[in-house]
Amino acid sequence: MIVDRRKLNWTERLYFPAILQGLAITWKHFKKSLFGKGIITMQYPEEKWDARLPEWYRGAPTLVKDEHGRERCVSCQLCEFICPPRAITIQPMEISEGDPWRKVEKEPRIFDIDMARCIYCGLCEEVCPEQAIFLRKDYSVIGLDRSQMVHHKEKLYEMGGVMTGLVFKWNEKK
Amino acid sequence: MDASNVISQFFSPAAWTFLKAVAGWFMSPIGFLVWTTLVKSAVLLGIVLGLVSYTVYAERRVSALIQDRLGPNRVGWQGLLQPVADALKLLLKENFTPKSANYFYFRLAPKLVMVPPILVLAVIPVGSSLFGVPITIASLNTGALYVLAISSISVYGIVLAGWSSNSKYPFLGGIRSSSQMISYELSLALSLVPVFMLIGSLNLDTIVHYQVEHGWLVFPFWPKGMTFSALWHPAEALNAFRAGLSLKHFLYWIPLFISFLLFLISMFAETNRLPFDLPEAEQELIGGYHTEYSSMGFALFFLGEYTAMIAGASAIITLFLGGWSLPLIPDGSHGWGWGIVNIVTFFAKVVALLLFFIWVRWTLPRFRFDQLMKLGWYFFFELAIVNIFLAAAVLTYIH
Repeated sequence: MIVDRRKLNWTERLYFPAILQGLAITWKHFKKSLFGKGIITMQYPEEKWDARLPEWYRGAPTLVKDEHGRERCVSCQLCEFICPPRAITIQPMEISEGDPWRKVEKEPRIFDIDMARCIYCGLCEEVCPEQAIFLRKDYSVIGLDRSQMVHHKEKLYEMGGVMTGLVFKWNEKK
Repeated sequence: MDASNVISQFFSPAAWTFLKAVAGWFMSPIGFLVWTTLVKSAVLLGIVLGLVSYTVYAERRVSALIQDRLGPNRVGWQGLLQPVADALKLLLKENFTPKSANYFYFRLAPKLVMVPPILVLAVIPVGSSLFGVPITIASLNTGALYVLAISSISVYGIVLAGWSSNSKYPFLGGIRSSSQMISYELSLALSLVPVFMLIGSLNLDTIVHYQVEHGWLVFPFWPKGMTFSALWHPAEALNAFRAGLSLKHFLYWIPLFISFLLFLISMFAETNRLPFDLPEAEQELIGGYHTEYSSMGFALFFLGEYTAMIAGASAIITLFLGGWSLPLIPDGSHGWGWGIVNIVTFFAKVVALLLFFIWVRWTLPRFRFDQLMKLGWYFFFELAIVNIFLAAAVLTYIH
């Protein structure tokens, strides 16, 4: 594209009228903002965007239980392997003899997500065959050192809560 | 028994004679000059450094408001303690010197930026007089030349910083600074010549006193005989105003106003403010000359820039905007209350001009440096020289 550079006439070449116009515009904004009108920024800790976060928002990854209170995770470790920054650590464990969900066979003994490493890509959620891991809307993950940035299993279930439906294969046949 | 006898009982005779000698020295002409100067310097330095940190705060708040934001408003009420927090942060940081930098010049540069603007303030009449003591720290007969000479030194600080950092962006900043200096310094000095031609003195005190009598140089229509008492007699006041609005005043107002505009714009360049902040240029040079500095080294550059703004504003006010004077307000010889009023007036003018500097910074885009050199050499230089001849012609016609 060729930009049309037209010759400026003499008032335009003086620049002063344009400078005064510019000063008038900034003054208008200054005056408006001084009385608190027209401020377009958000005062973060007091005001948050939370209510307007979209459904597909990718926040911190969490683990969920189903409607029976069963841990959805079966320790297949797919998320551990696909995680690009290797933030997830899983140690599988056999489900004990007397447990009503014995047929599921495995559950995680340890399920840690290092939030200092997590990149919120959502691959863990996508790869999970049991729909056990979901990225929720928590975005403010804080800690005073690296150990506090690791989310353990309890914390993950506490954040994730219950997700009903979706996976029915472990339910009793009717 | 008088008071001094009562006090003398608490000291041994030798100590008492020593104390009397010290007190005598304090009241002797030379001793009086020394201690009043020290007190004035300390108070002025305190006021100016306080003003500097709050100029930084004002810059951040005003720029935010102009851009529909709020700016720092967390530390203290409306963020008023923000400068304290910033200073603490900068003090606690590591003062890092890059391995490839030239240590001596790298450390010298920030001091060269900070010291000259403070030195400039020594000759600025920030007030008339207080208890019979003139407020100007040093009433030099070459005051205006001193201001021009000293304030130019800080450019060397910037060039040295750019060069000694041994890094490409600071180096570009330093080069730009020197190209900028040779473009505006001429018009900065030449624009003042008409003022000196009119007043016939380089002493800043004399210049301010001339403005007290004849009105501010930017608008010199103040009649000589105008006082409070004249205001009560409408006819007298009207006559005085008519005397002020004479053809003579209009004629020499023209070169003076051109001088004012040239000096104001050159001062923007001198203090490295937008639209002339080429050496710094955050967006293209990542801070330019101070890219490699951290901690107090950076803080000195930062404070130096704002102190230079205050010194520049003081120079503009002293030369063109009437210094400490305000119409109808008497000077310090009419009582210490008026002396204080004069000082407050001066600093109120400084604050107003600083706000104007900030306002302009957040309005105008930056010049390219060939544009700046063109502006300096093709336009301002010629205009300043023509203006000198214009002033000469007007003054010959008037006398």
